[in-house]
Amino acid sequence: MKIHEYQAHALFAEFGIPTPGGRMAADAATAAQTAQELGLPVVLKAQVHSGGRGKAGGVKLITTAAELQPAAEKILGLTINGLPVRKLFVCPAITVASESYLSLLIDRGQATLTFIGCADGGVEIEETAKTSPEKIRRLAVRIAEARHLSRETCRPFAQLLFREAGQAEAAIDIMLGMAKLFLARDCSLVEINPLVVDGRGKVLALDGKIQFDDNALFRHEETEQLRDMDAEDREELEAKAAGLSFVRLEGNIGCMVNGAGLAMATMDIIKYFGGKPANFLDVGGSSNPNKIVDAFRMILRDKQVKIIFINIFGGITRCDDVARGILAARAQLTIDVPIIIRLVGTNEAQARELLGESDMKVALTLEEGAQMAAKWVQAL
Amino acid sequence: MSILVNQDTRLLVQGITGRDGLFHTERMLEYGTKVVAGVTPGKGGQTVLGIPVFNTVAEAVAKTGANTSVIYVPAKFAKAALLEVAASPLKLVVCITEGVPTLDALEAFEQLKAAGIRLIGPNCPGLISPGSCKVGILPAQIHKPGRVGVVSRSGTLTYEIVAALTAAGLGQSTCIGIGGDPVIGSRFVDLLPLFEADPGTDSVVLVGEIGGQDEVEAARYFQQHMTKPIVAFMAGLTAPPGRRMGHAGALIGGANETAAAKTEALNRAGIPVARITSEIPGLIFSKLTKP
Repeated sequence: MKIHEYQAHALFAEFGIPTPGGRMAADAATAAQTAQELGLPVVLKAQVHSGGRGKAGGVKLITTAAELQPAAEKILGLTINGLPVRKLFVCPAITVASESYLSLLIDRGQATLTFIGCADGGVEIEETAKTSPEKIRRLAVRIAEARHLSRETCRPFAQLLFREAGQAEAAIDIMLGMAKLFLARDCSLVEINPLVVDGRGKVLALDGKIQFDDNALFRHEETEQLRDMDAEDREELEAKAAGLSFVRLEGNIGCMVNGAGLAMATMDIIKYFGGKPANFLDVGGSSNPNKIVDAFRMILRDKQVKIIFINIFGGITRCDDVARGILAARAQLTIDVPIIIRLVGTNEAQARELLGESDMKVALTLEEGAQMAAKWVQAL
Repeated sequence: MSILVNQDTRLLVQGITGRDGLFHTERMLEYGTKVVAGVTPGKGGQTVLGIPVFNTVAEAVAKTGANTSVIYVPAKFAKAALLEVAASPLKLVVCITEGVPTLDALEAFEQLKAAGIRLIGPNCPGLISPGSCKVGILPAQIHKPGRVGVVSRSGTLTYEIVAALTAAGLGQSTCIGIGGDPVIGSRFVDLLPLFEADPGTDSVVLVGEIGGQDEVEAARYFQQHMTKPIVAFMAGLTAPPGRRMGHAGALIGGANETAAAKTEALNRAGIPVARITSEIPGLIFSKLTKP
């Protein structure tokens, strides 16, 4: 789960990580008033779950009171990478003496928590990692160690980022705060980019990104409350509530599959045969016929969809339950596109009996089904 | 021959009295797996499917000589279940549970590693050595004994590929689902050496997907250390960046985590990547017949 920058700043403050002290505003008038209270100059920043805000005109430095309201209105009218801007972060503009990068994340390969640091910040860290990998510094920390992180563990790393002793010590404080935040809130990423030294030599988190582990949300009511329903993909949330995993794509072949890997492979193979998948949809491992009805509903909402391909390899999922779901969906919903079914595995024979004689097309293999779907759409 | 599980596996089921645990224990028994004990805290003393249930892993191991555990407990109890194993003399634990918080998995894994215990999973279908032992939830009927090793980050996609192998007359030595989470106990590079050393395995099918760098590391390992051929399949060529595709681990973070980038790395190492699943048996036959 992602949160906005202003929410990340609030969490930084809560865990002792210094920030310039900005505030959120949901309309232009409030933004203007907040800016006056904080004192000009300020930076207005669009709050959307997307990168590239600067390029899209979503970040603006304001030096005079007259510019405030029009600029705020303009940013609030933007749509950045398909996401409408509904909130502004009003942040005191500070003098930046230097910029660096600091994050704490889980290194999948090494299976440890890892601090990543780079003395050159403010840019795409991935770009730096590619062009000058020697500039990227890493510090792996075991969980047991992270719980009682010591200044001594952090110091050599902090000194690689800041030569000035006072600044290195300030960076250590920030690292300790990041570790506390990461563990206390089950984060998957705590990133400060850029971490800046301001005109007075103070080390501050100027922009921040925090992501949370979805698997741990059950024990974090306080994190769940930070969720911005306007900023999230409604369909993905709805799917999650129904126990499905769904991502809308651009094509016209609706897919209903059990298992994430098989769902991805089904999309890939449709594409291989010249078709375009309309969605990723994993109905999961359980055998609840209602989930199949919900899955149909989600696929059919997309008017681009010209045909639906159901690909089930029954393991824990029982084919007869899926068949019951298909029958229920046909009884409850208006399905005006053809359906291709490929059902194999557990209770396959019972499923076939349930579906009996019908107008649905039957495919014996994944590839046959994908090819049938692609050909059908091409013939339209 | 096989790796990790065989006729000598004496299995303990953590969460044996739960809905999933019970259902799959029955399936494992049907397959001939020697399930010797169950553990459910507070239900010690009961008998389920003729198997004694204990309150703790320590007691179960002491009384039954179990050497491997499989975990079906709900996600919020998975860490405690894994830490119990870390304090036991068991050598292998397979965690089927889906949705385990990453920090829980990380902490349990650190302790298991320190104790020298191998973890498969979490969020995985388990493993099977066809004809001798099944640990987990894989559908038994699609497998057949043979000499192809299968190692995969997926569940149902693995079944699809195994069924294609079996239909082509290629049986399997051992099939392992390593799990779809960002932090897993055994990655490709941890298991490839076992297949390389197993006299019962001639070739390996590696099933990868978007997210992380495990396939790239596997390609490097193959190039430096393996004599047996690998054939791969990569799911997620059509996946958009930045969107989680079901598995918590299946999210394209950087440009080098896409299916295309990984396919290229595998190809460069000399590992052919099938574009569709039905190509896999043919690629294995051609690799095995080449001098």
